Amino acid sequence: MLELSRITAGYDRRAPVIRDVSLTVADGEAVGLLGPSGCGKSTLARVAALLHRPEAGTVRLAGETVRGYRFRAPRALRTSVGVVFQQPRLAADPRLTLRELIVEPAAATGRSRELAGRAAELAEATGLGASLLRRRPHEVSDGQLQRACVARALLLSPTLLVCDEMTAMLDASTTAALVAVVEEYRRQHDAALLAVGHDRVLLRRWCDRVTEFPTAEG
Amino acid sequence: MTGPGPAGLNGETTNDTTSGRERHMGEAPAVLTVRGLSVRFLMPGGREVAAVNDVSFDLAPGECLALVGESGCGKSVLASALLGLLPANARTRGTAHLRRPAPTPDAADDGVELLAASEETLTRRVRGRLAGLVPQSPAAHLTPVRSVRSQLEETVRELTGTPRAALRAAAEAAAARAAFPADHLDRYPHQLSGGLAQRATTALALVADAPLLIADEPTTGLDRDLVDRTVGELRRHADAGHALLVITHDLAAAERIADRVAVMYAGRLVEVAPAQDFFGTAGPRHPYAHGLLEALPERSFTPIPGLPPELDALPAGCAFADRCHLATDRCATSPTLSDGVACHHAPERADA
Ligand code: SF4
Repeated sequence: MLELSRITAGYDRRAPVIRDVSLTVADGEAVGLLGPSGCGKSTLARVAALLHRPEAGTVRLAGETVRGYRFRAPRALRTSVGVVFQQPRLAADPRLTLRELIVEPAAATGRSRELAGRAAELAEATGLGASLLRRRPHEVSDGQLQRACVARALLLSPTLLVCDEMTAMLDASTTAALVAVVEEYRRQHDAALLAVGHDRVLLRRWCDRVTEFPTAEG
Repeated sequence: MTGPGPAGLNGETTNDTTSGRERHMGEAPAVLTVRGLSVRFLMPGGREVAAVNDVSFDLAPGECLALVGESGCGKSVLASALLGLLPANARTRGTAHLRRPAPTPDAADDGVELLAASEETLTRRVRGRLAGLVPQSPAAHLTPVRSVRSQLEETVRELTGTPRAALRAAAEAAAARAAFPADHLDRYPHQLSGGLAQRATTALALVADAPLLIADEPTTGLDRDLVDRTVGELRRHADAGHALLVITHDLAAAERIADRVAVMYAGRLVEVAPAQDFFGTAGPRHPYAHGLLEALPERSFTPIPGLPPELDALPAGCAFADRCHLATDRCATSPTLSDGVACHHAPERADA
């Protein structure tokens, strides 16, 4: 599903955050990437989600070699990856209601009408009721907002999910609930997962295998 | 109960919160005594959000109480209320008395009623002096353009009136108390790792030897090694005699640091228990607390079904009823916290 080979990436050419890192996620596989904060695992997650162009190395996604990142990535490739970040407040447009937030990826492609039913299903799966869906980010808790961000990430039925510290801000029950939503989705869609985090117990419980960062596998 | 708590209220609440900590009873009067604390936010359009409801607890010197619950349960609002940091649309009820426990140079000090204190009293006597805050995001709490040394010296000068010539030594002593390395004192906040930034803000909180320390989500986003170190350091400050209130959603951190655990749900304390009972074989007694602990990946990893009620539409009865597998008709009336738990069907205490 995802092949990262010998990736070097960062925000300053002279001091890359990650150097020569390789990692593979097979179709339908759940891989946990474990490492301390500041080790560059989030940068690798952004590369895997086609949000950050590496300085060296190749990314292959669903059999295709990736040539463009962010808006330069072909739409079909871009939408085959769903992403959830640690801090929902940084990842959510404060002007949108939660309902609008969930359908945001469809609105960008003019498919919001077509996907309205799917959005409603995902809202239900993540436990968001009608009154919460009418609210804006500042009117809900971090946990409620992260539920909406998970629903948003699943809207376009991605074949790979990248979850970067998805539950670091959340209590135990919300963590278990959102992991269950992701796992139910993966079961139905045979989707693969790259879960990045620092909680060994959580990643071991969640993923098929857990690899330590920096990794030299592949 | 010894201290000068508000008259007439002590008798009703002693059982609730002190049951597991007999060694503190009669030994040292509480540093913090909270009784019937409620916070409401008045929203546009007449909406009222009941963020904290009728919370009572005590905190003794040398004791660590972990206040646990999910985001939005009211635990951070409670901390803000204690520090006088609520926004203008907040209305509070109840009392929260904070007092320096040991005989001090001004032995006549009988403390401050936090909820009634003026902004001037809060600035002059409370913040930093009687209550130190270890904030949630240390980086945001430090001034970016000044070195750690300069921020520490200024805080020492403001809070303790140390003469200029002695500031350098006093700032270095404050850094040492928080295990902040002396050779990093001339660095700027952006040059510090997350762990060192945390120690820098802890050093600031400790400058005036405040009897109460409040740590707001001190371990969020830290990896395990750093959690261990942060927890160890905070615990050391409690052992040195500070009363420590840790606000967290991280049950693993709570288990390692706390003497007592207070679980908050929908603005209420639903269980207050000795940490060793709560995390040990006795286990939690409130169904919500039980579900929260069972949701951990090292336990059954099963979420509690449903979501908490909205704080502007709390049910008349138990706020947990529509998620609770033990709920009966009795739960249509709101249970009060008694003998450490607020539930009509909670099991007896293991040692009762
Ligand atoms: S009072 Fe009733 S509904 Fe509430 S927690 Fe106890 S059993 Fe459940």
